[in-house]
Amino acid sequence: MADAKVIPFDEDSRGRRGAGRARARTRKAAAPAAGKAADGPQPPLAAVPAAGIPAQADGGRPADPPPTAEAPSDLAGAFGAVADRVLGGDWERKVASGLAFLRRRVTGDYEVDEFGYDAELTDQVLMSLLRPVFGAYFRVEVRGIENIPAEGGALVVSNHSGTLPLDGLMTQVAVHDHHPAGRHLRLLAADLVFMLPLVNELARKLGHTLACTEDAEVLLQRGEVVGVMPEGFKGLGKPFADRYKLQRFGRGGFVATALKTKVPIVPCSVVGAEEIYPMLGNSRTMARLLGVPYFPLTPTFPWLGAAGLVPLPTKWVIQFGEPIPTDGYPPEAAEDPMLVFNLTDQVRETIQHTLYELLVQRRSVFF
Amino acid sequence: MGVGKVVLVTGAARQLGSRFVRRIQHDPEVERVVAVDAVPPEHDLGGAEFVRTDIRQPMIAKVLAQHSVDTVVHLDVTGSTPLGAGGRTQVKETNVIGTMQLLGACQKAPTVRRLVVKSTTSVYGSAPRDPAVFRETTPVKSLPSGGFAKDAVEVEGYVRGFARRRPDVAVAVLRFANILGPDADTPLAEFFALPVLPTVFGYDPRLQFVHQDDVLAVLVLAALEARRGTLNSGTFNIAGDGVLLLSQTARRLGKPTVPVLLPAVTWIGQLLRTAGVTDFAPEQIRLLTHGRVVDTTEMRDTLGFEPAYTTAETFHDFALGHGPGLLPPARLAAAVDRLAAAVGTDTDTGVRR
Repeated sequence: MADAKVIPFDEDSRGRRGAGRARARTRKAAAPAAGKAADGPQPPLAAVPAAGIPAQADGGRPADPPPTAEAPSDLAGAFGAVADRVLGGDWERKVASGLAFLRRRVTGDYEVDEFGYDAELTDQVLMSLLRPVFGAYFRVEVRGIENIPAEGGALVVSNHSGTLPLDGLMTQVAVHDHHPAGRHLRLLAADLVFMLPLVNELARKLGHTLACTEDAEVLLQRGEVVGVMPEGFKGLGKPFADRYKLQRFGRGGFVATALKTKVPIVPCSVVGAEEIYPMLGNSRTMARLLGVPYFPLTPTFPWLGAAGLVPLPTKWVIQFGEPIPTDGYPPEAAEDPMLVFNLTDQVRETIQHTLYELLVQRRSVFF
Repeated sequence: MGVGKVVLVTGAARQLGSRFVRRIQHDPEVERVVAVDAVPPEHDLGGAEFVRTDIRQPMIAKVLAQHSVDTVVHLDVTGSTPLGAGGRTQVKETNVIGTMQLLGACQKAPTVRRLVVKSTTSVYGSAPRDPAVFRETTPVKSLPSGGFAKDAVEVEGYVRGFARRRPDVAVAVLRFANILGPDADTPLAEFFALPVLPTVFGYDPRLQFVHQDDVLAVLVLAALEARRGTLNSGTFNIAGDGVLLLSQTARRLGKPTVPVLLPAVTWIGQLLRTAGVTDFAPEQIRLLTHGRVVDTTEMRDTLGFEPAYTTAETFHDFALGHGPGLLPPARLAAAVDRLAAAVGTDTDTGVRR
């Protein structure tokens, strides 16, 4: 990530002018993102995607609260032309709040909810780590974020792809950073996530929980935005040849839960994640040995070892569709298999159609 | 009908049992308290009548009949090793065979009207496939394979059988989260007393505690007549509000942690147990790997019990009694403050001085 951080400052203007795109991967990665995040004509505003950098350079843990506290565009506007001077003042604030954060962490004086969601750690550290991947690397374009209600429960149903579940994390950043009400997406994850050391710890702290009706119901009743990928491993680990072909949507458990809790279903289509690790083959023997659902063979993995784990820098679009209301159905609707199947199909079709539309519009996989 | 209730309490020689005996005899509804245990009580039992008998023996039936007991509070279901030597086998026998014998005696005693059984939330097990929050009705994916948790599952099974055979008896099963307090003697309290806390590498379990005073209060609530608008028979999760992560507890206690790889944890647990430092049973390891959180809606809405202590307050009360460890939080906070002062900022306000 180190080089991607420094680039946006001068790269922004170049990207804006430049029809002649440089071939270098890092440049390609940085330029459009900087342009997008600044969301305005003033070049100095390109400081925004780089906002995470001073804090990280500043010895790790203390992260930068300003980008999380305000929407990126507000921040950009506030900085304006006096970016230089303000940056000096902001540094002090960052250090102070970073130290205050450190103080709470070393004394254990913070709170987590019963799912283990550590809001403070997520906002101040984990999101800052994911943000460069979101903004500079995959240059995610978020559309239709207003389809997630500003308050109350909602179930975001998304396609799943990419061999490793980066799409879930990126969707989480999209909701966190782009939703005007600053909502937080609570993802439902496979049990494998909660078996792996470190992964389970991070997942819980990011607010993820096990994909089961009990947990989903509790979260939705509490008015949280819950994200689910009904395709599960079937979607995540599908061969490259089947990209953007939605797999079976489980047994429609998510629809039954939405009906029971009367929350709207927001279909979500992610384009770009399919190509990050093109899965050309699957080594069943290795998968069985490691106890995982599949063992991907991509052009780079496992041949290049750890370097093969670097995803391809594809250009992503995350589109949230029109919410499908569920509060008009009678209370017993959740027990009606026909209705549940119909709604499941409706959600699935919506996502599939949106995927096709986005693919038609897409100029290239990488930009 | 007699004037007041006659309450029989098993496991009265232990800390919790004796405290409960002292507490319940002051209640105006209660006429007499019969305290039962196999060993003489170490603690004061107030005006209660102590009967030394082993609940694994049929003698208990005679005690029930002789005193015309109408309320049985069964607290002799425990995880920690007994006061006398005997080890795990004896604990298991008292837990399981003792409960069977006691329930058999209750079934034959027409005076018994109410039964309260102490159980544990470890009956839910701890597995990555389980939902994050257990309700009383949550089907359990992985039954505990051994130890106290398995005893509790079996005890609850016998209690359910008893409730079917004696529908006229009000049965309350209270599933307690980890009990902590200034002088609780649970395995988890022993764990937190270690100078350095071994943790499982890559896992930060969610823990829930219930204060020892709340345990007494809810036992009293379940042993007496239900208050208006509440129902005190059934199965209830009992836990303080909120959740603490193991890492948080260690920091609040000021104790360093040593992450150990999961395969090595079992081995270290055995070592500690052999050395007699702590009873680091496999179920403890499971708890400290995956954690366990229960839903307490039923406790509030049906049983009508509001715990006085949250999970964090319970832990705070426990930490006061167990002093700061090698890394006192106050000193760490002061160190950060000094650092802040050196930089010229204020950690409280986040504003430059």
